[in-house]
Amino acid sequence: MDVEILARIQFAFTVAFHYIYPPLSIGLGLIMVIMEGLYLRTGEKVYETMARFWTRIFALTFGIGVATGIVMEFEFGTNWATYSKYVGDVFGSALAAEGIFAFALESGFLGVLLFGWNRVSSVVHFIATVGVWLGSMFSAVWIVVANSWQQTPAGYHVVGEGLNARAEITDFWAMVFNPSSVDRLTHVWIGAFLAGAFLVMSVHAWYLLKNRHVELSKKAFQIALGVATVASLGQLLSGHASAEGVAENQPAKLAAMEGHFEAEGPADLYIFGWVDKASQTVTGLGVPGGLSLLVHQDASAPLTGLNAFAEEDRPGAVNAVFQFYHLMVAIGMALIGLTLLASWFWFKGTLFEQRWLLRLFVLAVLLPNIANQVGWFTAEMGRQPWVVYGLLRTSDALSKAVTANHVLFSLIMFFLIYALLFGLFLYLLNKKIVHGPANDGDISHRQMQREMVRQLPGQA
Amino acid sequence: MATIFGIDYATLWFFIIGGLFSGYAILDGFDLGAGAWHLFFKKENSRRIALNAIGPVWDGNEVWLVIGGGALFAGFPVVYASVFSGMYIPFMLFLFSLILRAVAIEFRSKEPMQWWRSLWDVTYSLSSIALAFLLGVVLGNVLMGMPIGPDFEMQGSWLQFLNPYALMVGVTTLALFMMHGGIYLLMKTEGKLFEKVNVLVWRSILFFVITFLLTSVFTFLDVPHMADRFLTHPVLFAVPVLALLSIANVPRLVSKGRYLFAFVFSSLTMALLLLVVAIELYPVIIRSTIDPAWDLTVSNASASEKSLGIMLLFAAIGAPLVVAYTAFVFWTFRGKVTLDEMSY
Repeated sequence: MDVEILARIQFAFTVAFHYIYPPLSIGLGLIMVIMEGLYLRTGEKVYETMARFWTRIFALTFGIGVATGIVMEFEFGTNWATYSKYVGDVFGSALAAEGIFAFALESGFLGVLLFGWNRVSSVVHFIATVGVWLGSMFSAVWIVVANSWQQTPAGYHVVGEGLNARAEITDFWAMVFNPSSVDRLTHVWIGAFLAGAFLVMSVHAWYLLKNRHVELSKKAFQIALGVATVASLGQLLSGHASAEGVAENQPAKLAAMEGHFEAEGPADLYIFGWVDKASQTVTGLGVPGGLSLLVHQDASAPLTGLNAFAEEDRPGAVNAVFQFYHLMVAIGMALIGLTLLASWFWFKGTLFEQRWLLRLFVLAVLLPNIANQVGWFTAEMGRQPWVVYGLLRTSDALSKAVTANHVLFSLIMFFLIYALLFGLFLYLLNKKIVHGPANDGDISHRQMQREMVRQLPGQA
Repeated sequence: MATIFGIDYATLWFFIIGGLFSGYAILDGFDLGAGAWHLFFKKENSRRIALNAIGPVWDGNEVWLVIGGGALFAGFPVVYASVFSGMYIPFMLFLFSLILRAVAIEFRSKEPMQWWRSLWDVTYSLSSIALAFLLGVVLGNVLMGMPIGPDFEMQGSWLQFLNPYALMVGVTTLALFMMHGGIYLLMKTEGKLFEKVNVLVWRSILFFVITFLLTSVFTFLDVPHMADRFLTHPVLFAVPVLALLSIANVPRLVSKGRYLFAFVFSSLTMALLLLVVAIELYPVIIRSTIDPAWDLTVSNASASEKSLGIMLLFAAIGAPLVVAYTAFVFWTFRGKVTLDEMSY
């Protein structure tokens, strides 16, 4: 295999694996802030218990997020050195800002969040929880700003040429508030809230089905449901705003997302379908003129098609972009349906008797995570062949000093280590969930530790 | 290029990055050092205490690496690109060790089985040792210079980075971190464990002094240009002299039981040694062993002036915040380690 395809697979694999965790940190962070805030407000012990429980789960996701995140920071330099030289001014400064303002905040207060329950006052601990959550939110800001600049470059000019060409900042705020930053950041944040909320609902629905931690679970489920309902509706609005942005700034990507080939013809909106690149047709359930309607508010308005671009200037994997995009939208709609349904039953007061619905929520935890992944696949694959849209091609951005064998070695190692990591993550997550929130008659963690210590003789 | 107090942005940023990596060495240095000691502790309770000594702070310590790396990317993107891609395999090994260490810390105490805990104890310790060693290897290669060729791309095989001098610096760095980590553990432990650490710290001081002397000798032999800057500006000799005095002060303070001060001087040693490196290198960042025309310097490898200006503003706002968070966390967890139901 050649070095380019290996480097692309490695980047896709490492970033997709990484992206399981930060959305959970952001989403669970929000829910922990709400739970702990309620504890401070009401003084009811149940809220403290649920907050402490979710802190344990949070610790697990956060740790893996950090470890896999450092890989990403290094990977720009190791595998995409030409890209790094090109975008150092822009992407590099956003990444450095992420480190200084976001990571320092969340990692700093993390220690107090996880280990400071008995060491600081409940107010100070709450501040630490808020600090960790805000830190995670800020980190999303900077990385989305950086990636958005790749999608819709602004506030720069190019100096030099060939291998020494670089993008230099001309206007910092124009770079930060490039045409797609705000829409995409909102979309990422809400996607994260959904991931966290659905995890909370999944776990507590499971407890309710098993008749465990019932009072606590009812309260926790309601908190998460509130977040999820608002978030899933908000995500529809946010998604629409993002898509309008894509239509304007990345027309080739939008054309790929909907399989629209004809240059300048009105575009159909597909509910689902299959794209055949060779014959330039989409077979599926389409709403005639639907896409033109959404973008231009006119069903007969022409929309730029893929054919308007030279073959080498448009995404190659059209069907993949189409499928990932439609999967994300389908999941988004399903989440709206689920949350509205659950909210309706909640309003009627019979939510927790709907065992079939609770079972759906146990499984539904997968949905936002899948949507978050395929959404990013759409964004990044739809941006191809560019790594900086219109400026730098992915194939020109590789590290010249790195060989295919090097990348094959690291790719295999990442695959093995991440497989191990994922297995451990699932195992420990399951264990923590089965163990449940403390003070409920189960053997406490402390008791297990004490027994362990007693069993082992020996010197220091 | 624009200047502040007469120092141009790129030079300022050079020293800030040096400061960030020094901060990283001082902070992660002690938890890597503690990790390197881990297998010397045989009792389950001792291992848990040693682990929880770094428990609340190790993640925050590691952030300095992320910030330093990000600052390097932003300030000197050509250096970031050339070195990270040129030293591909060593950097990947570093990443794998980082991941394994994080996993080991997080998962170690989650199961009661002896084999589980021993497995993760070994992983934690070996990865800590590997990380300390690899950091030293990178530093050693920075001191020697690297085979940078046309277009600032690294030439040759990665095995050349495992040259004897770099390996020597690697071992010295491990020794320094073990000394540093040992002193930190002295501050955080009590009873039998404390007594054990006390004995081990003296061994590590000896280990460090010997390796440091050897490395210094080999530096004069293998890196002849090392002394140049100091010979042309003799006043700068104060820095290595202070570094030596700082090293000498560590055993003195440990013997008096003044562990916090010993830790301060151990930290100061690291900062001063890195300052010596910075003084010697400047304005070159990475020297090319092939041709000086391909040296990566403060002028040819930096980002634009505008970008550097923005970064300096970020640093000015961010630095006090970062220092404040760090101080708050260390203050919260001051004193000897106590285990509770939330501990590792």
